[in-house]
Amino acid sequence: MNPTETAAAQMVHKGPSHKRIRLITRVCWTSALLVVAVPFVFPFLWMVSSSLKSAAEIFGAPSLIPDRFLWSNFVEVFNYQPFARHYFNSIYISLSVTGLTLIIASLAGYALARMRFAGAGLIMLFLVSGLMVPEEVTIIPNFFLVRWLGLMDTHAPLILLPTFGSHGVMATFLMRQYFVALPKELEEAGTMDGLSRLGVWWKIALPMSRPALGAVAIITFLFSWNLFLEPLVFLSSLEKFTLPLSLANFTDAYGMPLWHLQLAATTLAVVPVLTIYVLAQRQIIESFALSGVKG
Amino acid sequence: MASAMTDLSTVNNGKGRMLRLSLRRREALTALLFVSPITIGFLVFFFGPLIAVIGYSMLQWNLLTGEATFVGYANYADALRHNPDFWRVLRNSLVFAAGLVPLNMGLALLLALALHRPFRGVVFFRVIFFAPVVTSAVAWAIVWKFLLQGEAGALNEMLALMGIDGPNWLREPNWAMAAVIVTRVIKMVGLNMILYIAALQSIPRDYDSAARLEGASGWQIFRMITWPLLAPATLIISIVTVVGSLKVFDHIYLMTEGGPENGTLVLAFYIYQQAFEFFAIGYASALAVIMFVIAMALTLLQVYFRRKDRA
Repeated sequence: MNPTETAAAQMVHKGPSHKRIRLITRVCWTSALLVVAVPFVFPFLWMVSSSLKSAAEIFGAPSLIPDRFLWSNFVEVFNYQPFARHYFNSIYISLSVTGLTLIIASLAGYALARMRFAGAGLIMLFLVSGLMVPEEVTIIPNFFLVRWLGLMDTHAPLILLPTFGSHGVMATFLMRQYFVALPKELEEAGTMDGLSRLGVWWKIALPMSRPALGAVAIITFLFSWNLFLEPLVFLSSLEKFTLPLSLANFTDAYGMPLWHLQLAATTLAVVPVLTIYVLAQRQIIESFALSGVKG
Repeated sequence: MASAMTDLSTVNNGKGRMLRLSLRRREALTALLFVSPITIGFLVFFFGPLIAVIGYSMLQWNLLTGEATFVGYANYADALRHNPDFWRVLRNSLVFAAGLVPLNMGLALLLALALHRPFRGVVFFRVIFFAPVVTSAVAWAIVWKFLLQGEAGALNEMLALMGIDGPNWLREPNWAMAAVIVTRVIKMVGLNMILYIAALQSIPRDYDSAARLEGASGWQIFRMITWPLLAPATLIISIVTVVGSLKVFDHIYLMTEGGPENGTLVLAFYIYQQAFEFFAIGYASALAVIMFVIAMALTLLQVYFRRKDRA
């Protein structure tokens, strides 16, 4: 099935040329995987390469290496619209959502995992009901709610909706599941020493659940960072845009994309995330695995 | 319940009981305080709106004059009986799901089978196949729209080198649907791959070493051992992927805007369009309720199958 499996099979039936067969299978598998990998990698390469081309060269003969590296595209991105401002907006909104979600989800998750109180089951059932509902279902009433609260064209709905919507609920259940599996002894010792519940949560439970907190932080940050429908519905002033809105906005007066600028901006938005991803790939991939398993 | 019993048993010891009750009450109060932010926030920003959208769906609502009149189920009748667009949209959503789900899950499983055990380069491949998952859907859609242009698109330029005259991918209804499905699969398949890898790694290795010693072939091992053991994972992944396919919005908005000739007009985009471009609030709310019913039905199906699975 894969190189190591075939290797294991070879160990069982040791043939005379098993080394050669093993090598050939490995080469076959690796080449097959490389072919499948092309549509996963090529868009990124083409994006970076085209972001360095002039508008004219983009529509010329295709080549991965630009004739002339047009670094000025990356400067023009910032002149065309307040791109730095958009970048900052996205960073601070995502950080706010992440911080808020960590606190709210771990508090609620802790109570649901450790404390006995009337209505706990009911609250769980209530929260579960939101897990699988697409945001398109509630976006219309939320539009009127946000307008009634006077929060139209502010960043508040972009922080509040993800924190308290189905993503926040998912984070709560993730934390709850982690707390349930932790040993109770340390917390009991903490209570003996006179810590309040809040103290136990902050000084004992949270430090023990760093992996879960890390996972929630990663998926929450990316969730907020990539959000598109909400900013599209709630924002109208250019300087309040977030990155995804900004990227979609590199168009000329007729709504046609200005490819060289749009791709340069997209490169600036994607490459830092990809860099962090590659550096922390293990932790990031595991975070998603954890969030998916709870299903 | 059990705690109530202990209360009764200590009823004679008046003082101790009071103390214990007040402690318990304090604990319950603290717990309620802990869960109140998410519960209240969820009530305000999710549950309230969910009830409201059902109310809205029975209104004829003119946003310009602010006038709203009760029309009962007229918006639903409009969707189900009078508006041919609605059935087109539902069919598109179905085609989208029918294309995306098997392609996504099949590829995810194949990749997971190839990558669930360590070998040289395994991390490299996992990182590559997962990379689009962490990339913003907007960025992904923009780049693919660029690659799939009819003239001067990189894909067609490359096909031309092989002597193939590629279609204008995003401007022909059937090709546009196929293009949206495939680019979305490439974007999301990494997530299911990771979930399958986790499931495969939880299968004890002795199972297939034993089968191998008995002389079973790779395919037999997969069919008789691996696949049945993967069933719970497959079920969860399939429901999440099906419901996820309902939510496709960014791709459609950026790559095709529902076109050409409504060929990629799916439910999520249709709701947005009716509500925020045409301001048909009542009608769009009815569509949202229909989407909710579909998502709920699929989720309950999951719960039902999981229960049955455990029994």
